[in-house]
Amino acid sequence: MTTERNIRLTVNGKAYESLVPVRMTLVDFLRGELDLTGTHVGCEHGVCGACTILVDGSATRSCLMLAVQADGANLMTVEGLADGPELHPLQRAFQRNHALQCGFCTPGLLMTAYEFLRDTSNPTEEQVREGISGNICRCTGYAPIVQAILDVSQEAG
Amino acid sequence: MVQQYIGASITRKEDERFLTGRATFVDDVKLPGMVHATFVRSPHAHARIVAIDTAAALAMPGVVAVFTYDDIASLAKPIPVRLYPLPSLEPFLQYPLAQDKVRYVGDPVAIVIADSRYVAEDALDVIDVTYEPLQAVVDIEESLRDEIIIHEAPGTNLAAHYVVSTGDIDQAFRDAEYTRKERFKTNRHTGNPLETRGMVVAYDSGELTVWGATKVPHFNREVLSSLLDFPEEKMHFIEGDVGGGFGIRGEFYPEDFLVPFAAIRLGRPVKWTEDRLEHLIAANHSRDILCDIEIAMKKDGTILGIRAQVYGDMGGYIRTHGSLVPASTAGLLMGPYNVPAYECGVHCVITNKTGVGTFRAPGRYESCFIRERLLDMAAADLGIDPAELRFKNLIQPSQMPYNAGRTRADGDTIFDSGNYPQALTRALDEIGYAETNPKRWVDDAGRYHGIGIATYVKNTGRGPFEGARIVISGTGDVAVYLGITTMGQGHETTMAQICADSLGVSMEAVTIYHGNTDYIPFGGGTYGSRGTVMGGNAVHLACQNMKERILSLASTYLDTEPANLVLQTGEIFRKGAEHGPALLSLGEVAGLAENAGSDEEDSGTLEITAYFEADQLTFSYGSHAAHVAVDPETGKIEIIRYVVVEDIGRAINPLMVHGQAVGGAAQGIGATLLEELVYDDSGQLLAGSFMDYLLPTSTDVPPIESIVLEEAPSPLNPLGVKGAGEGGIVATGATLANAVSNALAPLGVQITQLPLSPSFIVKLLSS
Repeated sequence: MTTERNIRLTVNGKAYESLVPVRMTLVDFLRGELDLTGTHVGCEHGVCGACTILVDGSATRSCLMLAVQADGANLMTVEGLADGPELHPLQRAFQRNHALQCGFCTPGLLMTAYEFLRDTSNPTEEQVREGISGNICRCTGYAPIVQAILDVSQEAG
Repeated sequence: MVQQYIGASITRKEDERFLTGRATFVDDVKLPGMVHATFVRSPHAHARIVAIDTAAALAMPGVVAVFTYDDIASLAKPIPVRLYPLPSLEPFLQYPLAQDKVRYVGDPVAIVIADSRYVAEDALDVIDVTYEPLQAVVDIEESLRDEIIIHEAPGTNLAAHYVVSTGDIDQAFRDAEYTRKERFKTNRHTGNPLETRGMVVAYDSGELTVWGATKVPHFNREVLSSLLDFPEEKMHFIEGDVGGGFGIRGEFYPEDFLVPFAAIRLGRPVKWTEDRLEHLIAANHSRDILCDIEIAMKKDGTILGIRAQVYGDMGGYIRTHGSLVPASTAGLLMGPYNVPAYECGVHCVITNKTGVGTFRAPGRYESCFIRERLLDMAAADLGIDPAELRFKNLIQPSQMPYNAGRTRADGDTIFDSGNYPQALTRALDEIGYAETNPKRWVDDAGRYHGIGIATYVKNTGRGPFEGARIVISGTGDVAVYLGITTMGQGHETTMAQICADSLGVSMEAVTIYHGNTDYIPFGGGTYGSRGTVMGGNAVHLACQNMKERILSLASTYLDTEPANLVLQTGEIFRKGAEHGPALLSLGEVAGLAENAGSDEEDSGTLEITAYFEADQLTFSYGSHAAHVAVDPETGKIEIIRYVVVEDIGRAINPLMVHGQAVGGAAQGIGATLLEELVYDDSGQLLAGSFMDYLLPTSTDVPPIESIVLEEAPSPLNPLGVKGAGEGGIVATGATLANAVSNALAPLGVQITQLPLSPSFIVKLLSS
């Protein structure tokens, strides 16, 4: 039985090649092997959404996927959102609206919102709430997060 | 015009690292040679441990060690109570590992250390623990019969019982024209911070460093020092970034002994990251209260007295919060009302469930639900409008400060300041109470609508002290070191606001450091809405002292009197000439301090440590109001409007105060509608994952209208502040239960227990 396998993947535009245990989750690989600790683990059973990243452009729970399944994939994590020192409009809107308190859910919510806004122009508040309903935030009560996402959609026109 | 930072809605200084993924939570800490811990936990609620066989685990490649009770026996001491201790609780305290008996599902039996967390988890499967299962007790009334004893030594399941009273309760009931007696129950649930617990502990050259401390690092260091018999000054507790607290996180748990113990024994850094399923059985539960209550009134609705028995289901052991949850339920059961006579029995009852601790507004959410529900029932019986009944009994501003009498085992409850009727009026105005007539109706879709209200008062800002240390460097930068900790509250911003205004510097010059026991010798930590009250006033006090020192140094140098100088925007000006040229910069004053020569008082670095002391509590207060619609077919409750009115004396940063109120209300709404840690008769937790234990999502939480009042600054501290962390949650259970009860009153429904899940509502409607 093969217990390790070589994988190649791209994360935030950077290419990686690594020998990984076949049972290692993608989030453990990102955090433990690549030191990309911005992606967080809240429940390890696919409910809370804290570990959400983009896999080939789709918001995905990285705790429910094995690292070997990401072989050949193009990933984006929260570390890839800002353009150098320039924050992404979503990041700025989160700050302006006080859409984070402890900040633990924030990376997953940002990635979910990134995909949502890419796919949904001029969303209603209801659509935003539906769009982020797979991400649990324990601090904010969601309203400022919803507002931040609406702000960005309006900025984008 | 000098900028005023206090009172301004300034966005947070700390946000960027969280937004970019650069924050350092405890699981992000990685050290060379680090190994990983997992725990063998009891699968039984109540059982004797017959044997533990670790041989197979120890033979596994990658397993470093397994420790059981025998390994810690020479050090084994119970984890002490931090708050609300009582002598009778002592025999019920938890040891770091179970010795001969387990008392809840999740009770730690062994700690496993391995090269990776994967291997450590594999090892759990091959550790063979032989148990002799015993019958479990999961119900308060069953436990009180003492037929099955959970702790043999004390020989009873009643860990504590005492009575608080004020006024003549018998006379109140003799004089009563109306009485009503009810039984209420609040649902066992818990805070569930999104980051689970975790620690990284390194032992090197006799020094122990513990990452992942939060809430009360100084206290936990003292406890660990005592349990490990290890010098406190060689222990360094580091907080890092923390993914939410809510009461549960940061208490001293068995793991807080075991991980450091393993690190010392092995001489290697040890990491433990709790998983969510583990969190739900191992970390504190809360809110599990049963209450029998009776009210005595006059026919006009005047309250004459309340008597009650409060039973707290404490779980298998008494943990660090001692009797707090039931004691606090009793402590404020009378609420913000004139209650001339009050008597309450408090019972701490042991059961075979996870131990209990605090969750945001512990005891107050519970007591508010119990009292406010009973008041609505009484109002209906007496034919009085619920708002009018409350106005009739609310404590008036002219009565402040108001001594509510001996409602706690440790002393009187004294409300410091407040205009309680005004907060209720505001909530009624916001929800449109007067215009909404009738207060309940059925819409075209057959849904039952109702308005519900509740009022509350909440003690905040527990003493006895809190510290802050300020250091000003030659560059004029101001470093503030806090004794409080932060789990998302935004202290790096609010404390900088307080410092900037109190000292007379720009906020940009101020950096806040927190969460390290090396920063300041003593720190009380952050809990019970004490951060701004105690920590904020410590910063203010240190700034006042620092300002005095700065002006003294400057005046000596400038050959004038301190009174002739002012410090603003980080520079010294001659009084009356603030628009003229600055005489000295703050950096230059720091240089003066270094060169102040032989004068002991004024020599050395420009540094001040101050401790703010308080022996009395500040009381935030307010009212909630809600409009709900209930579908009688499905039992689904829609919250159409939810209003939170809270007076916190003075808001340092309104943006963040609203954030606390809205976030707290969201947690309370989830807890009231969705959350329950359900146990079966054998003591198995049936809601042990997020698939079964439902936290509120963006589609569950309605927009919450938050009104922050600053009508009654606290006279107990110079900033006039009261705690802002819990007002959003306190009255959620009460308000929603009142709204739903009002809506469903025509169908004969009165809510007496939580949560208000759809299935529960349907069950009520069908019975």
